Amino acid sequence: MEEIKYTIKDFKSENEVRWCPGCGDYAIMNAVQRVMAEAGIPHEKYAVISGIGCSSRFPYYMSTYGFHTIHGRAMAVASGVKCANPDLSVWVATGDGDAMAIGGNHFIHLIRRNIDLNVIVFNNKIYGLTKGQYSPTTDRGFKTKTSPNGTIEDPFNPGQLVIGAGGTFFARSVDGNLKLCQEVCAEALKHQGTSIVEVLQNCMIYNDGVHDQITDPAFRAERQIILRHGEPMIFGRNGEKGLAILKGKLRVVTIGENGITPEDILVHDACDRDPMLHLALINMGLPDFPVAMGVIRSVQTPVYDQEMAAQISAIQEKRKITCMDDLLMSGNTWEVK
Amino acid sequence: MVIFAVSTKNLSMKETKVIELEEVAIRFSGDSGDGMQLTGTLFSDASALMGNDLSTFPDYPSEIRAPQGTVAGVSGFQVQFGGKQISHPGDLAHVLVAMNPAAVKANALFMNPGGTIIYDEDAFNDKNFKKAGFVTNEPFSELNLTDMVRIGVPITSLTQESLKGLGLDNKSILRSKNMFALGLVCWMFNRPLDFIEQFIQNKFGKKNPLVVESNMRVLKAGYNYGYNLQFTTPQYLVNPAPIQPGIYRNINGNYATAWGFIAAAEKAGLNLFVGSYPITPATEILQALSERKDLGVKSFQAEDEIAGICTALGAAFAGHLAVTTTSGPGFALKSEALGLAVMAELPLVVVDVQRGGPSTGLPTKTEQSDMLQALYGRNGESPVVVISASTPSDCFWYAYKAAKIALERMVPVVLLTDGFLGNGSEPWKVPTMAELPDIKPRIAKEASTFKPYARDPETLAREWAIPGVPGFAHRIGGLEKSVTGNVSHDPDTHQLNCEIREEKVMRVIDMVPDLEVYGESSGEILIVSWGGTFGHTISALNDLRKQGKSVGLAHFNYIKPLPANVAEVFSHFKKILVCELNLGQFATYLRAQVQGFEYHQFNKVKGLPFTVNEITDAVNKLMEA
Repeated sequence: MEEIKYTIKDFKSENEVRWCPGCGDYAIMNAVQRVMAEAGIPHEKYAVISGIGCSSRFPYYMSTYGFHTIHGRAMAVASGVKCANPDLSVWVATGDGDAMAIGGNHFIHLIRRNIDLNVIVFNNKIYGLTKGQYSPTTDRGFKTKTSPNGTIEDPFNPGQLVIGAGGTFFARSVDGNLKLCQEVCAEALKHQGTSIVEVLQNCMIYNDGVHDQITDPAFRAERQIILRHGEPMIFGRNGEKGLAILKGKLRVVTIGENGITPEDILVHDACDRDPMLHLALINMGLPDFPVAMGVIRSVQTPVYDQEMAAQISAIQEKRKITCMDDLLMSGNTWEVK
Repeated sequence: MVIFAVSTKNLSMKETKVIELEEVAIRFSGDSGDGMQLTGTLFSDASALMGNDLSTFPDYPSEIRAPQGTVAGVSGFQVQFGGKQISHPGDLAHVLVAMNPAAVKANALFMNPGGTIIYDEDAFNDKNFKKAGFVTNEPFSELNLTDMVRIGVPITSLTQESLKGLGLDNKSILRSKNMFALGLVCWMFNRPLDFIEQFIQNKFGKKNPLVVESNMRVLKAGYNYGYNLQFTTPQYLVNPAPIQPGIYRNINGNYATAWGFIAAAEKAGLNLFVGSYPITPATEILQALSERKDLGVKSFQAEDEIAGICTALGAAFAGHLAVTTTSGPGFALKSEALGLAVMAELPLVVVDVQRGGPSTGLPTKTEQSDMLQALYGRNGESPVVVISASTPSDCFWYAYKAAKIALERMVPVVLLTDGFLGNGSEPWKVPTMAELPDIKPRIAKEASTFKPYARDPETLAREWAIPGVPGFAHRIGGLEKSVTGNVSHDPDTHQLNCEIREEKVMRVIDMVPDLEVYGESSGEILIVSWGGTFGHTISALNDLRKQGKSVGLAHFNYIKPLPANVAEVFSHFKKILVCELNLGQFATYLRAQVQGFEYHQFNKVKGLPFTVNEITDAVNKLMEA
């Protein structure tokens, strides 16, 4: 087979990209385009589906097949695309409002079915396209145009929904870390089943600096832990910190203190079917814990679109009715002469 | 009033009074757990196999098991069959089989004067009278039904008697009561039991021989009971109908709809995808399609109505014939996504099996009140093609046609059926695939010149380029766009595109046959009807013409666009009476679309079909006015 060679340019459309200057979306698109170019999949096999929101302009800037749909419904439309043609590599670009609020039902049911889609959730904890209202991932107490006195509701953590819905793949990255974005998107593409990638993305205009606590270069080594399957869960400027289970609970420990040795540090197993530790990792947050990045969960279970095709071919192998004429004449018929 | 000829003659094989009828309507009625729908269906199928034409009408409550013995819990199944063409299930029943007093009460208004009521004597006790809301223990006098032939049969105890020694518990025994009633009615109408016996054998034979044995016993017991008591019962003989030669089967509207789509996909050389959410009375279409994996149908039971249409739309984008099926409330939920289909110009068929509304309304009852929702119920200028089926079996053809229009014109199509058509069944002369017209989807072939919204100059349809095919990668979406599919906020482009989308729908008129007129082609009154009321309006027309009235009937299947000759047809009548099961939606539409005529209305919103009588009365009244 002829080797397919693309560059990132092959995935850019002729449309002028109109996100605000400095928007985190640019970096995410860049990462996705690189992954697509390097995956060895023919260009025409990609389809990018989106809903409504800033992130949902994504398909217009890609040179692939694309469908910019309606608010919250991208995952349902993409499910139809993938079931119709499982050969396609189908991507969904969505945001915290699109996926967690109006599209929340489709989000959990997509994950439950495990349809082979790659979903990038651009999480900037704000409604950008409608100019700054709080979203389902906005922190409690945060002031926005529709919560001038602070919100009085708790946010969703997208990863918790993934685990709750029986998800098979969840990864997290930040928009500023192009390398990590690329790495997790490549893993998402490889994974068979629904891949949810949460990217902590900065909205320059309506929520600037929302993730600064996590992404600030001065502190990020202390405040992020990048998880990789099979590697110990260590972080810190000098790799001196790690995660361990002490007295049944996940704890941050320092190697060499209180008798902690490198053997005490947990080794990340993204493929563990048991989601308990994955959930604990997803839940970690400042100030007690670093925020978990990378592929947190990646397990293999039956994939809906493959099962749908398999069921049809199994039945067709043994079928008695092979065409519409057969069906019309089947069962109780009688002749009038 | 149904016109039927009654003659009596003696049959030597059974020395009993035989009444020969052209058509007979029989209603099976009992608690919703009594198995009345199955009894009615089996009787209908047996009648169809004998060559009777027939029409059925299941009438069941929305509660799966409402309190036993109450009027709310009564489930009914009416079938009219006869020796001539039967186009509706009958206004009034000639025979009522009532399993309890509540069933008599629920059906008192639907009985033919002088009809026969067969009832389970054992269930006619004080407890059940009370549950059914009778104040005395004389239910027939209370309901003014004393002129009926009343046949009390101890169905429960005879069922128990005939199953003695089989080792069944009482609950299982009582479940077989319906077979006794079925056997009895089969005897009354001269139906052989072979078909029903075979059905029981096929259904339970392998799994549960005891169930087969018990049902057979009770069925025969009922049949023999009729035979033994023949001196008290008039026997009805209904001859086979003179219908066109061919292969026939019984089919209901929901199955016919499902099969129409499968046929269309096969003809078009495409895969079929259905994305739907269960909703009464449309669910059966999704079920019927789910059964057909042997023919490659992909069925997706979505998490909600919105996901139903959205998955279908995704499949349409990916090159499948895509359909979504629903009823009124679900159709409302699909509105926004249907607007996206309009904007994206993808082929999609939405089936609305209409039921009583608004809101949850009357989920199990029929109505025609979603027409304006189908035409106008979306944001923006959002035109779609709207067509409707008129009988259970022609749902096949209109589903096929809806798919053909969608695929050839790259436009969403709404197919309106209703609960009456969906659940009702009739014998259907099955077509062969060779008889059906070609379907030619507009699949893009020339990559070098492809533009997503370049149009055929005649039809204004765009081309369909399918993901996975090299050279055609493009973007579409819900935002207003230019010919390239890219976003355009240009004011003139939006105006032009709105006009094009409307014009594209109107140009489907070249696929719409001229409106036919039944009866007189000019005269006093033109009855206008659409969709599922055809059986009743055509019967009313026939009755009126027998009475020498100058009446015609124009029945519509194509709502948008309307047939080209509507004004022409209307102009030959002095008065126009639009009959529909809503408060005047089609009349309103006609006033805007076909101006210059006065539209009189006859409307009914009771969750029930018209009766023939109601229509003839309305016509006569207008004639005198």
